[in-house]
Amino acid sequence: MPNPQINGEGKLQHLLTTEGLPREILTHIIDTASSFIGLGDREVKKVPLLRGKSVFNLFFEPSTRTRTTFEIAAKRLSADVINLNIAVSSSTKGETLLDTVDNLSAMHADMFVVRHSSSGAAHLIANHVASHVHVVNAGDGRHAHPTQGLLDIYTIRHYKKDFSNLSVAIVGDVLHSRVARSLIHALTTLGTPDVRVIGPRTLLPTGVEQLGVSVHHDMREGLAGCDVVMMLRLQNERMKGSLLPSAQEFFKSYGLTPAKLALAKPDAIVMHPGPMNRGVEIDSSVADGPHSVILPQVTFGIAVRMAVMSILAGH
Amino acid sequence: MNLPDAEVLCQELARKLRSGVTPSTGLVGIRTGGAWLAERLHRELALPTPMGALDISFYRDDFDTAGLHHQVRPSQIPFDVNGRHIVVVDDVLYTGRTVRAAMNELFDYGRPGKIELAVLVDRGERQLPIAAQYVGASLSVPAGQLLRLARDELGGFSLKLSDAKSAD
Repeated sequence: MPNPQINGEGKLQHLLTTEGLPREILTHIIDTASSFIGLGDREVKKVPLLRGKSVFNLFFEPSTRTRTTFEIAAKRLSADVINLNIAVSSSTKGETLLDTVDNLSAMHADMFVVRHSSSGAAHLIANHVASHVHVVNAGDGRHAHPTQGLLDIYTIRHYKKDFSNLSVAIVGDVLHSRVARSLIHALTTLGTPDVRVIGPRTLLPTGVEQLGVSVHHDMREGLAGCDVVMMLRLQNERMKGSLLPSAQEFFKSYGLTPAKLALAKPDAIVMHPGPMNRGVEIDSSVADGPHSVILPQVTFGIAVRMAVMSILAGH
Repeated sequence: MNLPDAEVLCQELARKLRSGVTPSTGLVGIRTGGAWLAERLHRELALPTPMGALDISFYRDDFDTAGLHHQVRPSQIPFDVNGRHIVVVDDVLYTGRTVRAAMNELFDYGRPGKIELAVLVDRGERQLPIAAQYVGASLSVPAGQLLRLARDELGGFSLKLSDAKSAD
């Protein structure tokens, strides 16, 4: 399937993945996001960029944080937002994905924000819609979660200023993580020299080195001297299979505790895409501690989603 | 065409503005040229209220066709606009659309008491009912030409004329 996210003029038409996204576009998005940050201090927290536009949040998979931050972002751009939880709607009555999209397009949708458990769902929709309609992937299966990857690089740049000397460690269930993939692609495009993935063999994809990362199975060795620690959520549903012995075992080897964090640089930041499993992948004293930037990530996520939507709508 | 000396126009504008401002007046420059000019005027007039700067990219009326400018910078209004006398400063006044966008943005910070407009050059050809209270010079420029303020490394001002697909 061709990737339709860049149009004939080299502009962003849809946001489907950070893979192959040129450095200039990544930088344009995070630069634009930084100019939305101050809006929260004003009397009117909105700008009129998307006035009169209709944004449909199509969530085929449950989500609170991502859906809410997309909704706030669209509303701060003055768009009309329609939230559809399709998990409990038409698709259970047998309507196909593209029929749902066609029906919503007939209601004059200008933008779709799509989350789906199948990898490629947002691609499929992007290849189907009319040229004035834009699609934002809000997470598709194990494939990509580009706005999360972008808010992660926004957060890293906010605290570390520059990528050219950074060591970033991504810890945990990389195998099932679209967040990890989106972050790795964005970091390598921005020239981050040292990206490490840390986890048990069963939770790291085979050939992950080909993405330009180093692989560690010992967390202490992997965290040594790093500037950024990105913890991934251990999805409880993965625990049922044979991938892991138990949550307690996992925490012992790969949970982020103050003792393990002490091996990173003294000014290292700790990130997590949420929702957190306290006591499984991260200790509460780290999650709430001075190195944690987990809540600022959420705030930055709104500005980054505003930037993505306004750049898309301007093309 | 022969362009006037921007430094001379700037002195003229400062002279006219001096009688119109008070210590609580807030100068707000429109990025980029208007912000440079506001910075200079703010210094010349020794105004105690810190100056503000607006980036009107998020308020433009041609966003649907022109998209987002590549280098948007955050607007900064370091004073309470409610009830305040504000002078919006821009380098060139032309169609008036930029000034409309700037006023819309100002109102999102609060309700100013009074807004006035100061420009280095008024090139006429308005498309909106907007007028400047303080003008350095009026100048006729052919349509399709972009007139703007330039600033050299030492901070010196000059006017530049270039071809433009869509000048405003």
